[in-house]
Amino acid sequence: MEKKKGWKEIPLGGLITEAGNAAEYETGSWRTFKPVLDQEACNNCLICWIFCPDTSIVVEDEEMVGFDYVHCKGCGICAAECPKKAIEMVLEQEE
Amino acid sequence: MAKTGVKTVKVPLAGNDAAAHAMKQVNPDVVAAYPITPQTELMQAFAQFVADGEVDTELITTESEHSAMSACVGAAAAGARTMTATSANGFALMWEVLYIAASLRLPITMAVVNRALSGPINIHCDHSDSMGARDAGWMQMYAENPQEAYDLWLIAIKAAENHDVLLPAMVMYDGFIISHTMEVVEILPDEAVKEYVGPYKPAYAMLLDEKPFTVGPLDFHDYYFEHKRQEIEGTEHAPAALAEAAAEYAKISGRHYGPLESYRADDADVVMVALGSTAGTARYVVDVLREQGKAAGLMKLRTFRPFPNAEVAGALGNAKCVVVCDRVASFGAFGSPTFMEVRSALYEVPERPLVINYVYGLGGRDTGPDLLEQAFAEGFRVAETGEIKQHVGYLGVR
Ligand code: SF4
Ligand code: SF4
Repeated sequence: MEKKKGWKEIPLGGLITEAGNAAEYETGSWRTFKPVLDQEACNNCLICWIFCPDTSIVVEDEEMVGFDYVHCKGCGICAAECPKKAIEMVLEQEE
Repeated sequence: MAKTGVKTVKVPLAGNDAAAHAMKQVNPDVVAAYPITPQTELMQAFAQFVADGEVDTELITTESEHSAMSACVGAAAAGARTMTATSANGFALMWEVLYIAASLRLPITMAVVNRALSGPINIHCDHSDSMGARDAGWMQMYAENPQEAYDLWLIAIKAAENHDVLLPAMVMYDGFIISHTMEVVEILPDEAVKEYVGPYKPAYAMLLDEKPFTVGPLDFHDYYFEHKRQEIEGTEHAPAALAEAAAEYAKISGRHYGPLESYRADDADVVMVALGSTAGTARYVVDVLREQGKAAGLMKLRTFRPFPNAEVAGALGNAKCVVVCDRVASFGAFGSPTFMEVRSALYEVPERPLVINYVYGLGGRDTGPDLLEQAFAEGFRVAETGEIKQHVGYLGVR
């Protein structure tokens, strides 16, 4: 387990002194439902990418290729917004 | 001219004007305040200085005191020297943000014109507003008169901004009794004040620092405690910072301000403890009793937070009875806030005095020498008999 710092070693007043370190916070475990992509139905419109509040839609060469499950919280917004119904929310333990 | 050689002027000023003068001379970067009642003439006077171009301050008039303190937090985090003022229920509306200011370690300073909290609705003096926030992480100092209101605010700024401390500070003065009563106040020259407070050096500044950072993020069970421990450490450095700031202030003003002030208390059998303007009345009563051959004394408590535990024990340890007067009730507690602190401070004194408590003056109830004499009389009875009939009494209530 990572050893946590004591009060003398941390920045004053709870400041976060490094930019962009939210990526280190793994929120994937918060998920109850998991988005699953149906590649066949997807037309790569990237509406899911626009809407995802956790930047967890993985895009390569302008194509939707899947999800960053380390950070995806399973909110289901991508599934709700997808015009092609290409994303299904599946209960984690049934998957 | 003060004894120190600094060229001062003596002007008759009410407490509010004295405090407004301190603000003007500090010329803070930002003042955010609610402009309507319970705000006092202090802010009106300062707004006039802004309108007349006598200061460069950005004066933000907000829609509530919650917003006022929030704006102060934002301004201070941006790197601005920030001041504000409030009173009574306006102070109560700031509550949530008081804690945030302290935990973000922003040395905002504020004048609190002590007035009773509703209900019932009341606009007069008591200490129920500021006393309620005694655990908010702010330094707290009570002024006895307009002169102290002016002096203590300047000292508070210097101590608050000390990088070993970095905590906000509030200076209290009694509503109407000090805020609206004119007395001769010795004002330092602008230059001397400017030099005393010095240029503002923030510990962090969102608008000035080159490296970006986040202020006020979520802080769970894994680090919240550590940040609170840091804050406690700041308060532990505050007494030394206040002493240092007061010593430097004495050099230019000739006035010395410790966390408390004893008056004829060294050989006193009965010592009264009082804060704010009542200390003046108590000093008079001590003189009257001394003339009657009674060994009475006074300990005026100036700094309530951080509480000067050791000094209080030292100042009161030789008395037979200590009479703690507090202009606030602590509902459901065993006595009022100052009583609890003083009694606790005396716990380890070898021959500790008996301590009794009087709650007085709630909602501006006038508390003259006659009432304090009553309290002293009971103190002498306790000192002679060694027996407390009632720990907590109420002075001047029907
Ligand atoms: S919104 Fe639907 S169709 Fe569009 S890229 Fe995302 S998954 Fe594919
Ligand atoms: S479920 Fe929510 S968090 Fe996960 S990819 Fe879809 S929109 Fe993003």
